Amino acid sequence: MTALLEVSDLFKTFGTGEAETRVLRGLSLTLQPGELAALLGPSGSGKSTFLTILGTLMKPTSGGYAMLGQDLVAADDRALTEFRNRHIGFVFQFHNLLPDFTALENVVFPTAVREGRETTAARARGRELLTRMGLEARIDFPSANLSGGQKQRVAVARALMNRPELVLADEPTGNLDRASAMQVMDLIAEINRDEGTTFLISTHDEKIAGLCRRQIVVGDGVVTG
Amino acid sequence: MLYALKIATRYLTASKAQTALLVLGVAVGVFIFIFMSALIGGLAEFILSRTVGDISHVTITAEDGDPAILIRPDGQVLSVIERGRSRTATLAEAATFIPLIETVPGVVAVSPQITGAGFLTRGAQVAQVSVSGLEPGRESAILDLDGYITQGSARLGSGLIVLGETLADDMSLRLGQTLRLQASTGSSAVLTLSGIYDTGNGMIDASRVYVSLSTARTLFGLPQGVTRIEIKLADLNAADATALRIRALTGLDAVPWTDGAEQLMEALNAQAQTGYFLKSFALITIVIGVASALLLSTYRRRPEIGIMRAMGAGRGFVIFVFVTQGALVGLMGGLSGAALGYLALLPFPSRDAFEAGTLPMDITQGSYGLAITLTVIGAILASILPARAAARVDPVTAIGQ
Repeated sequence: MTALLEVSDLFKTFGTGEAETRVLRGLSLTLQPGELAALLGPSGSGKSTFLTILGTLMKPTSGGYAMLGQDLVAADDRALTEFRNRHIGFVFQFHNLLPDFTALENVVFPTAVREGRETTAARARGRELLTRMGLEARIDFPSANLSGGQKQRVAVARALMNRPELVLADEPTGNLDRASAMQVMDLIAEINRDEGTTFLISTHDEKIAGLCRRQIVVGDGVVTG
Repeated sequence: MLYALKIATRYLTASKAQTALLVLGVAVGVFIFIFMSALIGGLAEFILSRTVGDISHVTITAEDGDPAILIRPDGQVLSVIERGRSRTATLAEAATFIPLIETVPGVVAVSPQITGAGFLTRGAQVAQVSVSGLEPGRESAILDLDGYITQGSARLGSGLIVLGETLADDMSLRLGQTLRLQASTGSSAVLTLSGIYDTGNGMIDASRVYVSLSTARTLFGLPQGVTRIEIKLADLNAADATALRIRALTGLDAVPWTDGAEQLMEALNAQAQTGYFLKSFALITIVIGVASALLLSTYRRRPEIGIMRAMGAGRGFVIFVFVTQGALVGLMGGLSGAALGYLALLPFPSRDAFEAGTLPMDITQGSYGLAITLTVIGAILASILPARAAARVDPVTAIGQ
């Protein structure tokens, strides 16, 4: 099977001189299509930095990163933006919805920004995703008026909008109560099973990690297990 | 880019109070721009109408030729040639040219005249006057004689004379009295005072008298032709071009009013430049206001910009969102400022009814379209800096805020 992404000997350093901090120290990893993987590790181990690089929001200091056969280290900003829009979905710890937009408008954003307008097809897909997330009654709600759990489910729907091959979730349940956290994880597992979308979920929570089929432990900037 | 427009509109409507204040600020700037345009334009109109409105805009005057040399001796002769003091030259073909001149675009009135110097006597009183012979029916073609008449009538006919109030006061004249007018040629005529005017111009009111063209012919011994043709234009700013056209059409030496009016033109230019400065300051205020408001908005929305970038919005998209906001603010502020300006100018009298002591605001010179266009352009330019700052936002840092 061809790997979805391959990371080899990845280094990331912040600052220079005495202020220099090495966050990633030769990290290597391969993810196969359809994986549901948890990224575990203590605070400061480099999980978030690693996810940011995988999401093409940051470039590594050195090392290789390719996804779907495309070298993402050499690509320029325009190409990375396009790639991110088509192939990568994000779920952040604090959901990060656009507060002045409704749930549906937030969900269709990744498609609308690519096509230059909110098409009927995009709106239909957005409604379908929100319904699947159990939010059919909140479709046209201003996102600012939703509860934390509802916002996170909107964020998951938004991440799936463009049918990406990879969804990166950085502590997606970290800000939710246990019931909401389990609800979000159940949805992620369901989508992974039904649609084959690959998920890489950064978490501190052993229980959440236990719901994933693979656990990747990061420590001191490298994969340790 | 419809979607960027939607987002820009949503950002503006999401903070209604802030947007309203911003639009109000821009509208005030546009209001000042329009108010200054109307004031400066109106003032120029007022000054021109008071100084140039009652004079000929293009004048054709008969030129005396050099005196003929009667004896041509052999050899070299040094001679000094002096023109006579009395006017002898005439525009003999005036009757032919006048219909031609009347067809020139922009010409509203043509007044053939015979002018000269003379003495007005009544009893022992004598006053030196300048005499203008006008064609009956064209008395108000150049100077609005009808409008300035305070007693009697401006209508000129055989044996009638119309003169200024100052002259009438100086000589204690009343309507219906008979006067003797002696021309510089020596001819004289007994005339009846039929009208007294008051133009407010001391020189004219104290020394100018009007008679009919036929009376002037007799006085100055000109059985045909005229000495001067005065032409009034619809747009006195077109005098230079129209004079050139008349010169080309008739071959006569047509002179625009701007010849010899350099000081007035300089004063008007200086006034116009003052207006440009004031209007520029208003525009600069608009630009600074829009730029600072959008910079604040950019800072406040940094996390959202970061999210958009993470979701695949390119830098160009972010720039477009903020530039569109600037354009919308400029357009709304421009339109409301223009409407406010127009409403504020409505109570002022129209340009035809300017009166001394009131602000000569000309509502037609508000430069509304220009004000709106410049405001939108200014607002777009003002939004470029914040938009570029927004596009440079690092999504990782912004999302972490």
